[in-house]
Amino acid sequence: MVDFGFGLVPSSRINLDLFDKGKYEELAALEPDVRICMACGSCTAVCTAGKFEPTSLREAIEDIKNARADKALQMLEPCQLCGKCSMVCPRGINTRHLILSINKIYSEK
Amino acid sequence: MKNNILIIGGGPAGLEASAQLQRMGYNVILIERSPKLGGHLAKWDRLFPDRVPADEVLRSLLDATEGVKCFTDTDIRAINRLDKSYNVRLTNGITVLSDAVLVASGFDLFNAVRKEEYGYGIYNQVMTNADLEAYFRTGEDRRIENPRKVGFVHCVGSRDEKAGCRSCSKVCCATAVKQAIEMKQAFPEAEVFCFYMDLRLFGRHYEDLYLEAQKEYGVRFIRGRVAEVSENFDGTLLVKAEDTVASKPLKVTLDLLVLMAGMRPSASGKALGELLGMNVEDDGYFAVRSGIAAGQRSQQPGIFLAGAATGPKTLPETLADARAAAMEVDRYLTEVFPDARNYKQLVKERW
Repeated sequence: MVDFGFGLVPSSRINLDLFDKGKYEELAALEPDVRICMACGSCTAVCTAGKFEPTSLREAIEDIKNARADKALQMLEPCQLCGKCSMVCPRGINTRHLILSINKIYSEK
Repeated sequence: MKNNILIIGGGPAGLEASAQLQRMGYNVILIERSPKLGGHLAKWDRLFPDRVPADEVLRSLLDATEGVKCFTDTDIRAINRLDKSYNVRLTNGITVLSDAVLVASGFDLFNAVRKEEYGYGIYNQVMTNADLEAYFRTGEDRRIENPRKVGFVHCVGSRDEKAGCRSCSKVCCATAVKQAIEMKQAFPEAEVFCFYMDLRLFGRHYEDLYLEAQKEYGVRFIRGRVAEVSENFDGTLLVKAEDTVASKPLKVTLDLLVLMAGMRPSASGKALGELLGMNVEDDGYFAVRSGIAAGQRSQQPGIFLAGAATGPKTLPETLADARAAAMEVDRYLTEVFPDARNYKQLVKERW
């Protein structure tokens, strides 16, 4: 694409070229469960915080894979770590631990 | 010489294999532990994708087994391998000396009570796919009284590691779409929702069924697993899922929720497997001899497998599997079994 040197709004397109593989592998080493999510949405469906603020572990995982870790962190900010999502996850992901690890790894500048 | 062949399980796989082997001239003994032949097919109303009556299909399967010795209400008490054959003692007191054994022990439906969050057996308006088929057969079910909003939950006891059921049951997607259409036919005013994770409509004409459900019947397909169900004061159900396409948590009030209980390895098949010393894989279904080309041979010489005993299958797949098993049995009984002197060598080479 020709870069005209200016833009009115940032592109909302997913750009996989920006994906930080190193950081993702770091997360996956700490939290192998991040790879097994099948995006069923059970976590989001039962999320107590999600009733009030956009909160979704499924979406956060998607955001990370789509090079938008900033959105992922935002998405997880309202989380109260109540653990309801871990009760319904059909793949048995330790969701609370995963959320903490995402915060730990992607909050580092 | 007419070899004795024992077939265990009187569902579609057992019936079809019996008919084929009987036609080849073998002496077939079919045993079924329940009082009735037909397995799950006998409890179903109509079949996807064409919605033909299950009774018609079962009738033709039964008609073809003319001449087969059938024992219902019969199980195996003991079995031991002689030199080449199997000496089988049945619970009805009869002893069979069988040159080949075909295990067609089928599947059990997942016990939906185990998914407590869906409320089967707790809330009045939650039923299973099997309950709905029973309703279609009899027209009677206290839960169904002109429902206005109906939901179908895919993958109940399938693709659920937590419930110990990793595998896809293969038939529930098409069954749910079929039942959704039938529900709309019975109650045209009703709104019907299907909650799915992936729609696996792989077979011939299945996609047509899906298109028909969308186009002709306006069934709503929502991509998200139902995570929670609760009962309102008036007896209706509050169902929660995420609409993962819209990326929003979703709730909907329904009059009726149908759980698509998946296929699990048969419990009686498992007990039988222990008696026969047959291995199961991690998923609980019987292991075939080795790899992809082993077909219907088990790990024990002379013992064959057909149908859902080796994993979830559709009805046409089960019937094809049963026919293939009949061929394998025939090959074994003509090429390997009669050669008394080289039997062990032949088993090593060809089993």
